[in-house]
Amino acid sequence: MAPDEAHFTGGGSFPLTRHSVLQAVRGGNAEERARALDLLFAAYWKPVYKYLRLKFNQPPQDAQDLTQGFFAELLERGLLERFDPAKSRLRTYLRLCADSFALNEIKSAGRQKRGGHVTHLALDFAAAEGELGAQAIDPAAIPSSENLEEFFEKEWVRSLFSLAVEDLRNLCAMKKKQTAYAVFEAYDLDGNDSVSYAELAARHGISATELNNLLAWARHEFRKFALDRLHSLCSSEEEFEREARALFGWAPK
Amino acid sequence: MKFLSDKALERLRGGEAPNLEGTRYRLIEHVARGGMGAVYAAEDENLQRRVALKVLDAADASGALGKRLLREARVLAQLEHPGIVPVHDVGTLADGRVFYTMKFVEGQRLDEYVSGVASLPDRLRLFLRICDAVAFAHARGVLHRDLKPANVMVGPFGEVLVMDWGLAKILRETGESPEDAVGETVFQLPDRASAEEDTKASVVTGHGTVLGTPGYMPPEQARGEVERVDARSDIYSLGALLRFVATGGEPKNTAQLPRPLRAICEKAMQEQLAQRYAAVPELAADVSRFLDGLPVSAYRENLFEKMGRFYRRYQVAILLIAAYLFMRALLLLLPRG
Repeated sequence: MAPDEAHFTGGGSFPLTRHSVLQAVRGGNAEERARALDLLFAAYWKPVYKYLRLKFNQPPQDAQDLTQGFFAELLERGLLERFDPAKSRLRTYLRLCADSFALNEIKSAGRQKRGGHVTHLALDFAAAEGELGAQAIDPAAIPSSENLEEFFEKEWVRSLFSLAVEDLRNLCAMKKKQTAYAVFEAYDLDGNDSVSYAELAARHGISATELNNLLAWARHEFRKFALDRLHSLCSSEEEFEREARALFGWAPK
Repeated sequence: MKFLSDKALERLRGGEAPNLEGTRYRLIEHVARGGMGAVYAAEDENLQRRVALKVLDAADASGALGKRLLREARVLAQLEHPGIVPVHDVGTLADGRVFYTMKFVEGQRLDEYVSGVASLPDRLRLFLRICDAVAFAHARGVLHRDLKPANVMVGPFGEVLVMDWGLAKILRETGESPEDAVGETVFQLPDRASAEEDTKASVVTGHGTVLGTPGYMPPEQARGEVERVDARSDIYSLGALLRFVATGGEPKNTAQLPRPLRAICEKAMQEQLAQRYAAVPELAADVSRFLDGLPVSAYRENLFEKMGRFYRRYQVAILLIAAYLFMRALLLLLPRG
């Protein structure tokens, strides 16, 4: 197992082989399928939650139930198996499925209650709700459908990148490169434009050149993790190249 | 899990996009990525023209890569030739990274361009322009060491530019350290399969880990015999380029090329250095002779081939003479009166 694949799942668990999530979900190997679903849910649950919260103006508790119910329905009705990559991207498909599910649930008022027969995913809804607050979005002000689509896209990118940052953090901890993570966090994640290279370098007791090297390494590793996760969520190499270009402006060779 | 603000998302998507504050350049967009650096389109705000800006984007623990980029810029700056991309400027960013700017070439890479050139003579003439540029560099003691279709651009007016001199070796420099004289060798690993450690993707390790591009790299370079690499190593790569260009980008169709042309490719790509063309002008001369319908040094024709070539070269004159002789014979045979 290549080291980057070990870090991929953020803590030494057995990684997915280089199939897409879809291939693994449709395949016969139960372990691969379970891991593929973990990857899928990890990337999508927050965007789905926030999206349902905004689009249907649901209070947090109801949005949580809808999110849980949606992912349960995804499994029960085999919606992933029905996905046709020739017709749309996976995230467009999932968003539309979430729309359809939520509409039905709200209409029928028969949504899944907590403690229902569905196994609940352990999701940190409080954190997701906190992020919505941090983004200063007023769920009561329902945006247009184009805005919502863009919102979903952006949240998906945020989710993907957050997971890749977590992968990087775990890698740095494992390799005892905490300084690399610290400077990456300070310069790229915290978004503080007033921090200069010189100040940051001085803060960590290193030269500007060393700082640059650590940042370059951390960014490189972050991009690898993000691309690995993206790759697993795409159904073809062509789709992956397109998505990579859209994310980073270029596709890996 | 850390919350990423919208600003953080933008930074992460921008990646290593250079901060050009303090320079006279304004970043436009990312254009390409190489083994050592990234190339961006930028606006020179003083001269109000678009330039290509190459900047180191790999970690550079020892500063060696920065030195190498600077050296690449200086090599290019000495090579003023219409077929070699000109360097405009060199500098250091606020974060300490070295950059240089060069002409922004609008056009197509050779590997994309050549399949659209239907005529073999046109493709060969394009190849001769590449030879001109490389011969010029060799005359100034500079080897390219990474000649391949992707490193040749064809501009909108058919002008040919040899790009990416990042692996160039200067044959006659003095006062350099032995590492520099041998030529730092840059190993370009595929990005996603690269080793887990930080800078090993592009670290110079002195003698031995040479790379160029498989298929275009001469055997002595592939074996890491850096001290044996000379102008004939570039000739090997030119032979592979010739095969690529002559077949319209389909080297698997090499068998369909005329035998003399195939022989020229084979001679250029001989395993042994001594058996290749000794210099680029010799290779170019053979290709020119082929274009002119003359015998080439790389191929020994048999009698029929000589006659065939003679006929093709003087076809019009031969047919005119034949027609004249036929008319004369007809006049002689026809009864008078």
